[in-house]
Amino acid sequence: MKLNDLMNHTSEWLKATGPNSDIVFSSRLRFARNLDKIPFPHWANKKQAEEVLLLIEGAIKKIDALKHVTIFRLAELDSVDKQFLVERHLMSLDHAQKTNHKAVAIDDDEMIAIMINEEDHIRFQVMQSGFNLHEAWEIINKIDDSLSKELTFAFQQDWGYLTACPTNAGTGMRGSVMLHLPALVMTRQIDRVLAAIAKLSFTTRGLYGEGTQATGNCFQISNQVSLGHSEDEIIGNINGIIRQIIDQENQAREIMVSKNRAVLEDRVNRSLGILKSARIISSQETIELLSMVRLGCDTGLIKDIDRRRVNELFITTQPAHLQKIEDKKLTSEERDVKRAELIRSKLKI
Amino acid sequence: MFCDICGKNAATVHLTEIIDNQMNELHLCEECARKKSEEMEQQFGLSDLLAGMAELGKPVKEKEAVHAKCANCGLTYADFKKIGRLGCGECYDAFRKYLGPLLKRIHGSNQHVGKVPGKSARVVKPKTNDLQDLRTKLQLAVEVEAFEEAAKIRDQIKEIEQKQAKEAQEK
Repeated sequence: MKLNDLMNHTSEWLKATGPNSDIVFSSRLRFARNLDKIPFPHWANKKQAEEVLLLIEGAIKKIDALKHVTIFRLAELDSVDKQFLVERHLMSLDHAQKTNHKAVAIDDDEMIAIMINEEDHIRFQVMQSGFNLHEAWEIINKIDDSLSKELTFAFQQDWGYLTACPTNAGTGMRGSVMLHLPALVMTRQIDRVLAAIAKLSFTTRGLYGEGTQATGNCFQISNQVSLGHSEDEIIGNINGIIRQIIDQENQAREIMVSKNRAVLEDRVNRSLGILKSARIISSQETIELLSMVRLGCDTGLIKDIDRRRVNELFITTQPAHLQKIEDKKLTSEERDVKRAELIRSKLKI
Repeated sequence: MFCDICGKNAATVHLTEIIDNQMNELHLCEECARKKSEEMEQQFGLSDLLAGMAELGKPVKEKEAVHAKCANCGLTYADFKKIGRLGCGECYDAFRKYLGPLLKRIHGSNQHVGKVPGKSARVVKPKTNDLQDLRTKLQLAVEVEAFEEAAKIRDQIKEIEQKQAKEAQEK
């Protein structure tokens, strides 16, 4: 697979095919592992970092479940390509900085992504469309079993998998669910819900993970605790919380449709109107408006636009994606024009 | 309207509380509401969860800690405090006595439960899975004021607990 092949492909997290896809974009599990005795990436010298890279690349190539994976060395990618991978949620923003001895491995479906020499020697994720951590677990658990046959991980009986930051020790597992919660935001209940989540040791982030703001009413909810609970238990806890939030969002949507229908219809159709007619538009405004259009699709107020098409626009309107589509570097002003063009062509009925 | 508890200040906070399936509305002043909400949190065990996070463990002798060094990678405890990252897996052994309390503070526990390399994760399965799941749900339901739901979950928890107590007695 070549990096450009991804352009004609819909990311797993945007397919809108999984359970509860009207509210949940995607579910993701990420495992952090390190090789025994070798210094962690930030503390390793060049020779050690290269050794880690070779060892892990070698292991990936031997594993049957990873035979459709392509490895990209980050030092060989340009800045647009790196940003493109971040926008597709295939690697972190951190991984795109200082790229020596780093790699990312991606499978053809973009369901599996493996970061080598990020904060830990190896961090691999499995992403599923909709609310489906269970399926993600089945897949990632097998990958982990296979990797642990090829590599010796740093592990202790009492503290589990050892990670560069003690906040990830234990299972080394982080589960994240990306939710679209426009009705909870519009009915001003979101702060209460997020405060409750924080009290239960879960974190909320924006579309692009750590340090990003919640835009377009998208919220990524993850477990904070990774030691002292089994993987099963952690997934059970996340599922319990997510189910509650889905119920709350559904209730808020019902109330809006039954009691504030005119307001909702106005917001949804104005948003669609701007997207269909704008000639210059920023990515921030695009995401806010797309969120409203998605809500329109999910509540049946918009019938002639497919949810998946709206989902895809969340990502194809991002800066690196626009530059990949145009196949050249674009200034911010040029992007705003191209973005408006792209949206108009995709929403034409 | 005056506060239902102190009867002195104006009621600005309106609380709903469920006791034995009876829903009570309370109209309280800010001061009494704060006390009341602390009380409610305690009833629902949230404070236990938070206390677990805050437990600092035994105070560490600062000087001794700063000079501790990992023999495998050379990282000192002072380095760790500066960068917030450990140097290698062996550091966990080198700084064991300082990291134990820290892990407990971060995760509320310092005993790994879960996967072991080369073994299937399903092997280590906690017995209290259902109960813990329900308690998490209950906490969230209370936090978002879904009280009817909370009452239902609370009854389910009671049922399981009673069953477990009975089983324990029989043994």
